Amino acid sequence: MAKPHVAFDLRIPSDVEYIEGVVELARQRCRELNLAPSTCSLNVPVALSEALSNAILRGNESVGGKHVRVRAIVTDAALVFEIVDEGPGFDLDRCTADCTTEENLLKEEGRGLFLMRRLVDEVESFQDEGNGIRLTVRRE
Amino acid sequence: MSFSIKKQGQVAVVDVEGQLIVGNRQELKQKVLDELEKGEKKFLIDFSQTGYIDSSGLGVLVSLSKKIREQGGELRLANLNDDLQTLFELTKLDTLFQISDTRERALESF
Repeated sequence: MAKPHVAFDLRIPSDVEYIEGVVELARQRCRELNLAPSTCSLNVPVALSEALSNAILRGNESVGGKHVRVRAIVTDAALVFEIVDEGPGFDLDRCTADCTTEENLLKEEGRGLFLMRRLVDEVESFQDEGNGIRLTVRRE
Repeated sequence: MSFSIKKQGQVAVVDVEGQLIVGNRQELKQKVLDELEKGEKKFLIDFSQTGYIDSSGLGVLVSLSKKIREQGGELRLANLNDDLQTLFELTKLDTLFQISDTRERALESF
């Protein structure tokens, strides 16, 4: 069994303009790992984009000077993304709404966590010098 | 990423090139609202050149749909690739929008 290795480790400013570049880097890693085409083009880009925008807009409240750390870790079994912001954290279960219900379908917001949890195999929160979200994409 | 709006007959057709995400959704919203303000009523958003859409992008589509309807207009979508179709199905937004396979079919449907 190979040791996990870090595919990238970035510290980005709290600005949504940085999201697309990070997502493109993640897509390249997905392709290098021969993950399914839809995982490379849909699941990872959208889930990671949601995690980054939550970290920037809600965790760090877009405050200049604050940063988001994003790491991609490759193991034999999975590609794992860890996104850490400088906010107080939140309850993942309590904040995830079902955006497909009749009362939520017409709302402009509230689809981010729902999509994240549908598009990757596992979403967990953790504390590590800030508030972290871990997205796990299994490789098999 | 860019958005362009061209008139085809009575329909304002919006092309979304690249991603529709949190960083550019306001630009799309403003462009469509400007056209609505000028009196346009029929809108088609063509996603044939679109990569992925995040929840903010989906939210803007919902918001525009409501605003256009409030003004007596219609918003339709066309050319969702398999990934985007999956996204709309996951969020059940495929039940909210009239979606066509091609731009031509969408234009005929108005």
